Amino acid sequence: MARKSHVQTTINGETVEFLCEPRQSLLEVLRDELHLTGAKEGCNNGNCGACSVILDGRLVNSCLVLGAEIDGKSVETIEGLAEPDKLHPIQDAFLENAALQCGICTPGFIMSAKALLDKNPNPTEHEVRYWLAGNLCRCTGYDKIVRAVLDAAAAT
Amino acid sequence: MQAFEYIDAKTVSEAVALLDDKGEKARILAGGTDLIVQAREGRRTLDWMIDIKSIPEVNVLDFDSETGLTLGAAVPCYRIYDDEAICNAYPGLVDATKIIGGTAIQGRAGVGGNLCNASPAADCIPPLIALNATCAIAGPNGEREIPVEEFCTGPGQTALAKGEMLVSLKLLAPQQNSSSYYLRFIPRNEMDIAVVGAGASVILDDDKQRIVSARIALGAVAPTPLFAEEASELLSDREITDDAIGEAAQAAQAIARPISDMRGTAEQRTHLVGVLTRRALNGAIQRVKDTG
Repeated sequence: MARKSHVQTTINGETVEFLCEPRQSLLEVLRDELHLTGAKEGCNNGNCGACSVILDGRLVNSCLVLGAEIDGKSVETIEGLAEPDKLHPIQDAFLENAALQCGICTPGFIMSAKALLDKNPNPTEHEVRYWLAGNLCRCTGYDKIVRAVLDAAAAT
Repeated sequence: MQAFEYIDAKTVSEAVALLDDKGEKARILAGGTDLIVQAREGRRTLDWMIDIKSIPEVNVLDFDSETGLTLGAAVPCYRIYDDEAICNAYPGLVDATKIIGGTAIQGRAGVGGNLCNASPAADCIPPLIALNATCAIAGPNGEREIPVEEFCTGPGQTALAKGEMLVSLKLLAPQQNSSSYYLRFIPRNEMDIAVVGAGASVILDDDKQRIVSARIALGAVAPTPLFAEEASELLSDREITDDAIGEAAQAAQAIARPISDMRGTAEQRTHLVGVLTRRALNGAIQRVKDTG
C-alpha cells in the first residue's frame, strides 16, 4: 500500500485534516473518511455529475479529483449550503418546483447550479441547460430542474 | 482504484527526473479527467502519478497581440474561454474548449492533457494544428519544440520520449484578417465524443474576397488527428467561391482513413469530412468578415 498523504484543506469554510491513500478520490474521501455523504457516486468516470462539488470556486467532478490533490484548497459541498434554520434559495426552488424524484442526482445538480449562479446570477434558459449538461437525471425531470434554477436566479 | 504513489512536483526538472527514473510506470497528472478514469478502469497500470499543477510554467496563460500565446500544459479549459482576448484571437481553439465534456470537466481538463492523451477524436487537436501551434517539450536532454501535427503518433501514443513532458503550447500571434473555427459532428447536443471533427484557420486579403492561406485539420478519421496539407494548399491565393471550398473539402476527404465503430460507419465519416471541412472553412471566413 502506498503511504498515506496528510491533507489539510477547507471544507464548507471549516479547516479539515485527513489522511488518505493516493488512490482515493476526493469523492471517496468526502464520503468514507469525512462522512459527508451528500455528494453521490453515480458513474465514477465523470459522465453523470452526481458527485459535483466546488473546488476553489470551480465546479468539478469529485470522482475525478484525488484526495491528495486538495491540500491547501477550498471545497464546497451540498452540506455547506443550508443555514441551520433555512434552506439555500436553490434548495427552496428545487422543493417548490418538485425538481427531484429519486434524489440521487440532486446534490450534484444543486452544486452545479450554485456554481452557475455564483458566476452568472441571471442566466438564460439556454445557458442553464448547457451549464447543466454534465449532470444527468435518470428520472428525467430536466424541465423542472431548469425551472428551479431559473426561479432561484430570480429569487436572489 | 489501483494503488500508486502521488507526487506533487514543484519544478519541471523535478518532474522530468521522476519521469526519467520511473519510465512507463509514471504518468503526468494535470486535469486527471482521462488519467484517473484510465487508472480506475485498469486501462493503464501505473505506480506513480506526478501532479504538475504546482509547477509555474505549466500554468502560464500569456497572450500578447505581438508575440502570441503561451498556453501552459495544465491550464484548464475554463481559463481559456473566460479570457476575452484569447477568444478573439484564437476562436477555433476556444470552440473546442467549450465542448470538451461538461462544465465540471472543463473546470479541470485542459488543452495540454487533451493533446497528451492523444485520442484520435480529441477536440483540441484539429484547431491546434489549424492554428499552427508548437509543442514546447522538456526532457532529460533539455528542451525541444515540435509542430502539433507531429505530436500524436497513434491512438494514445505521442512523440514524447522517456523522461519527456509537454510544458506548453505556443501559438503565433493572429495575423491581420485571420480567424479560425472548429466543429464536430455528434448525434447529441452536448457531452459526446466526436464522430468527426474539423478545424480550419484562414488568412484573407484586405478586401476579404480572397484566401491568402488556410490550414485544415481533421479529427476521428485516422489513428491520429490529421493535417490536411494538400487541401490547405489548394486554397492558397484563391478567390472565396463554393468551388474552391468544395475542392478543399474533397481533398480533405481523400486523406481520411476512418474506421467503422459504434459512433459511425467509415462511409458516414468520410461524408462528414466533406461537410465539416466546408463548414469549418466557411465559419472561419465568416468570422474574419464579422470582425470588420
